[in-house]
Amino acid sequence: MYDGGKILAGIAIFLGLVLLPVWHNAVVASAPRPEVKTPTHEKHCVDSAAVMRASHMNVLDQWRDAVVREGVRTTVTPTGMTVSMSLTKTCMNCHANKKEFCDACHNYLAVSPTCWECHVEPKGSSS
Amino acid sequence: MKAGRRSFLKNAGLGALGLAASKAFPAGAEGAKAGGGPRWAMLIDTRKCLEEKECAKCAEACHEAHNVPTLPNPRHEVKWIWKENFREAFPDQEAEYFDEVLTSSKMLVFCNHCDKPPCTRVCPTQATWRRADGVVMMDWHRCIGCRYCVAACPYGSRSFNWIDPRPHLANVTPTYPTRTRGVVEKCTFCEERLPEHRSPACVEACEAKAMMFGDLADPTSEIREVLRTRFAVRRRPGLGTHPEIFYLV
Amino acid sequence: MLEKALVGNRSYWGWLALLAGIIAVGAFFYLRQFAVGLGITGLSRDVTWGFYIAQFTFLVGVAASAVMVVLPYYLHNYKAFGKMTILGEFLAIAAVIMCMLFIFVDMGQPTRVLNVILYPTPKSLMFWDMVSLSGYLVLNVLISHVTLDAERKGIAPPSWIKPIIILSIPWAISIHTVTAFLYSGLAARPFWMTAVLAPRFLASAFAAGPALLILMTLLIRRLTRFDPGREPLQRLAVIVTYAMTMNVFLILMELFTGLYSAIPEHVAHFKFLYVGLEGNTTLVPWMWTSVVLAVLALVLLLNPHTRGKEKTLIVACLAVFFSIWIDKGLGMVVTGFVPSPLGHVTSYWPTLPEVAISVGIYAVGALVITIFYHIALSVRGEIAH
Repeated sequence: MYDGGKILAGIAIFLGLVLLPVWHNAVVASAPRPEVKTPTHEKHCVDSAAVMRASHMNVLDQWRDAVVREGVRTTVTPTGMTVSMSLTKTCMNCHANKKEFCDACHNYLAVSPTCWECHVEPKGSSS
Repeated sequence: MKAGRRSFLKNAGLGALGLAASKAFPAGAEGAKAGGGPRWAMLIDTRKCLEEKECAKCAEACHEAHNVPTLPNPRHEVKWIWKENFREAFPDQEAEYFDEVLTSSKMLVFCNHCDKPPCTRVCPTQATWRRADGVVMMDWHRCIGCRYCVAACPYGSRSFNWIDPRPHLANVTPTYPTRTRGVVEKCTFCEERLPEHRSPACVEACEAKAMMFGDLADPTSEIREVLRTRFAVRRRPGLGTHPEIFYLV
Repeated sequence: MLEKALVGNRSYWGWLALLAGIIAVGAFFYLRQFAVGLGITGLSRDVTWGFYIAQFTFLVGVAASAVMVVLPYYLHNYKAFGKMTILGEFLAIAAVIMCMLFIFVDMGQPTRVLNVILYPTPKSLMFWDMVSLSGYLVLNVLISHVTLDAERKGIAPPSWIKPIIILSIPWAISIHTVTAFLYSGLAARPFWMTAVLAPRFLASAFAAGPALLILMTLLIRRLTRFDPGREPLQRLAVIVTYAMTMNVFLILMELFTGLYSAIPEHVAHFKFLYVGLEGNTTLVPWMWTSVVLAVLALVLLLNPHTRGKEKTLIVACLAVFFSIWIDKGLGMVVTGFVPSPLGHVTSYWPTLPEVAISVGIYAVGALVITIFYHIALSVRGEIAH
């Protein structure tokens, strides 16, 4: 291999830089897992907590297509409730505080969904 | 009053009746033929509308309900329903020596919800399409902002969000989304109100009762009754787009 | 083969650095457009397409014009173009890349642009434009790579490439036809809705593209040891002559049909172009410049004496190129929107950010061409190091 040393050194430097966050977390204690506050007045979500945690974005995508593209506005949830497929009217009716609920995890995972560029977060959620 | 509104907002339950009607009147109700459901349309009584020249209640109600911004730069204007000079709204109608009240006045214009919409034909992502009930819909999640539909619309009904509209909304209606920069928008026939059996916001706001919303697929509907007895025109019929906004002159 | 791009003299690197600087400026302004929206351009509710889409349209023509060297060489076995075909194909690659970038910067929601592939919509001409442009890019990359690689090894190109080269000929016609269909299928825009638009696009493309190729060939002949000889350039000049004549003829056809029929909505657009409409004369001086350049070009090209002399040929090629650039890159797109379907006359002129982004994209094209020509000429040993 020509210039083997240089190539290996280059790869090492590259990996070092790219995996910087991993090294960082290996040395320094990683950021604490966020605590999300769940609503007190309503016990049941539209699906189990595990499903919602893992695939709420897929649920929202399905709802979005059903409402906008198929004109179907309500659905019966696996938990037996009939709900309007609406982020602002249904989800955020209980999870009213965007900062404490949505943003807590999204910030932790460094994802920035574009939902609220158009959909309006309920008033008072900034408090 | 509420019951009266319901009468022309018949639901899909009367599909069979609608289908029979569409056979009798094929030209107007082509859209209803396929699904047998309603075929929404609008009728504007221009004389009634012109009684109050400065009135803009319909536009105000619509723009408030749908978070349509008021932008400082006229180039960036976004509008769903507005008034346009007769000559410009109806370039094919000369009416040179006709009553000046009409020809020198401004006509209410908005999306025609065409039966054969040129805008939906050109959209490369199906972000705009014609529903079975005739509403020409927009999916603001999917629109890539290429503005091909704007170029294709012969009525100038479509607006593009040149900048973020949010800072230019005096009041935000929280139940309806705003738009983000870079998508096209237009009148949606208040499709969010139709399942609740409510008329479009503009119709509701019109104190002169100059606007009528109804189902063309239902031969007993009020709008069909008026269209049977009074002469109505549509904008640029020669283009073959079959607009579903009728104007009584 | 690509490693040859890394070996060059100081002027080669200096030129690349200059282009990189221009690209950086364009990128800076694009980031602003990305953050603020297309509101930083001169576009408006009435004039919704402008400089970006016009440059795209013009460059599709430049890309398609490569066929004017490929076709005589491969179909008619016209040997004199042997050294030129690779230059034409590389020009096509650079032009298609610029086209795609111009479309991209015109998108209101650039992050969603893949929706065109995610939700393929064959009834939209924009879908077919995407298919034809990307297909043309793949074809030209493949063809130029295989033929140049064979040349480097001193062997004949593999026989399987021949049908692909033949395929690239109708494909080149298709990219500009589909681009014309984007416009000519719209009932809302009488200025574009003309059956002659696609033929006119092709005629103007086959004039402007080869004119650019002549100019670039003469330039690299000065800078390197590359010399295709007199014959291919003169033959290209004849192609430019025919195509430009056809282009002017088709423009006159448009003017006759539009003006003699005297339908107001047709006449209004031509008025806006050549005399101004409702006091708006933004394009008038440009369009007359285009007319003067076209006449000058035709005089110099149709006369065999001036066409044969290099100095006057250069003037003629510059005149052809800029005449058509004004016609397609400034006039054609914007005029479709003025007056609007509601009769409004809205002025449009590109803003500084819009021009900077466009110049940046042209710099990307120049960078691609420089590197590819550099590789091609290095392979042939025609570059002095």
